[in-house]
Amino acid sequence: MSPLSCSNLLFSYDKKPLLENISLDFTAGQFVALIGANGAGKSTLLQLLLGLIKQQSGTVFIDGRDIHRQKRRDIAKQLAFVPQSIELPYAFSAQALVAMGRNPYLGPFELETAEDQRIIHNAMHQTDITHLKNRLVTTLSGGEKQRVIIARALAQQAATLLLDEPIANLDICHQIETLQLIRALTHSGKLAISALHDLNLAARYCDRLILLGQMPGSSATTVVADGSPAQVLTADNLAQCFSIAADIITCKGIVNLTNIRPIKEKIEQDNYATQSTTSAVY
Amino acid sequence: MFSNLRFVQLILMLLIALCAGLTLLGILQGPADIPLANIGIILKQALFNTGAQALPNWQTSIILDVRLPRVIIALFAGASLALCGLVMQGMFRNPLASPSVLGVSSGASLGAVIAIYLGASLVSAWAIPLFAFIGASISLTIVYRVASNHGQTSVATLLLSGVAMSALNVAATSLLLALSLSNWDVARMIIYWTMGGLDGRTWDHVLIILPIVVSGFVLLVFYSKQLDLLLLGEQHALSVGVDVRRVRRNLLIISTAMVGASVSVVGGIGFIGLVVPHIMRLLLGPAHRYLLPACLLAGALTLLGADLFINRFFSEQAIPLGVVTAALGAPFFLFLLIKQRFTLS
Repeated sequence: MSPLSCSNLLFSYDKKPLLENISLDFTAGQFVALIGANGAGKSTLLQLLLGLIKQQSGTVFIDGRDIHRQKRRDIAKQLAFVPQSIELPYAFSAQALVAMGRNPYLGPFELETAEDQRIIHNAMHQTDITHLKNRLVTTLSGGEKQRVIIARALAQQAATLLLDEPIANLDICHQIETLQLIRALTHSGKLAISALHDLNLAARYCDRLILLGQMPGSSATTVVADGSPAQVLTADNLAQCFSIAADIITCKGIVNLTNIRPIKEKIEQDNYATQSTTSAVY
Repeated sequence: MFSNLRFVQLILMLLIALCAGLTLLGILQGPADIPLANIGIILKQALFNTGAQALPNWQTSIILDVRLPRVIIALFAGASLALCGLVMQGMFRNPLASPSVLGVSSGASLGAVIAIYLGASLVSAWAIPLFAFIGASISLTIVYRVASNHGQTSVATLLLSGVAMSALNVAATSLLLALSLSNWDVARMIIYWTMGGLDGRTWDHVLIILPIVVSGFVLLVFYSKQLDLLLLGEQHALSVGVDVRRVRRNLLIISTAMVGASVSVVGGIGFIGLVVPHIMRLLLGPAHRYLLPACLLAGALTLLGADLFINRFFSEQAIPLGVVTAALGAPFFLFLLIKQRFTLS
């Protein structure tokens, strides 16, 4: 049974379809990247998969059960989420924030047991924030905050980890460390699904890429390509979804894009076309 | 540094001691001159139901029917306003939210005035608190719907919708008063009620406010973990298993019930719900398991303290209670606004 899947998702905003016809099936132990241009609906798809928003039709399944028929507490034991924007204006200590990941396992008056403490400690150790545990989150840098949030998600001990641009605020060293951490987690059997902007990092660290984009003639986003980095990062797909051209080099089995350049010809041609029609009118 | 348990305990003990001290002062102090020994005997008699000693009747009734209910109501009304402020600031993730700023208090006032206008208050003592609760709920629901977009509330929209709601509520209250002037009995009741304050409050009022505030507090303690999680935002809370929609609805019901109860008993007293939670958060940090009891005590302390202050130094002038809390709270509110402006820019 797959830990997470969805079938025929349709999500509209203001009656305008944003995502349509999305059917995905995820396998445990994989690191999956959601890629696509800005506004392609990566975040929206993640929120649908988490049940944070409700689709107009289609179903999201956790272990074969409809997500919207389950309690949030039970969902939280199976899906953990690292949101995109991290605003932490309240002065909790880093440790208190990580401890919040234990919430689905604790009743309203229950204190953390020794086992919970051990899990919290492990999560902080894995994300390398043990030295920050007594610092207030309001005093942390963006990268430190991000790792605290990831530690909180780890403390949830969910089989599936969903991440929305987890490395957007990080310097290059912490970007690599974070991706390595996520990959190590998937090697130990977790499923990780992450929206990522950097195609090269996605190709390097992920087992599977899902490219979201618009099919010709449609305004809604759907899955344009789905597979290994080599299958997804093709010249056609890059042109169609990102309007870029690149030299695609495969080295030691890892796809790498270099010499990335925007494709402007199409737009310029359109501009010429409108210009010529306008001049014709005058 | 905030999670220092001994510091938290120290603060809580201090608040309890101050509350007890002011309560005692509230019973001992008053315009009527009653000897200390007599007060002791009266309280002992009331508590243990022992045989009556020969004491002047008026002394007994001043202590038991005037000062005691007044002190109790001040304690519970203050506690309720501070707790509601705390909950609203947490729910809206905004330190400027509070019952008076968001128009919830004025909504409760409008509800109460409607109850008096329709004559419902003559039918049952619970009509005013019930209508006040409904008015407060409607106001808060509207403000919440307008200001919050997927769990994100912008400061400007929140405050502006609160201002608009207040203006609407105050206008409707004035309209009802104007309409009722042809019937002097009703108008007098409305005017008397809108003056608010603690004068002439009786055990009937205690019976309204005490059960609601006590049960509200117990329920809020039950939600203290969820309140912490809501501080981090809707997505965070949902992803660690908080049913945000249900929790938020329940918190709205609890807090508006408490505002309704306190407004229907003492009228609209502003700024306690704004200032007290803020100071407590500065002292104790954001964890609600400490903030809830601290706000309960500090709110009680503040309102009782304000009342004793007026009675002690301005007993001749009959200054309304709301004036003192506003004199303290409004500058504080402006200070917060300035601080936010600097952090935002």
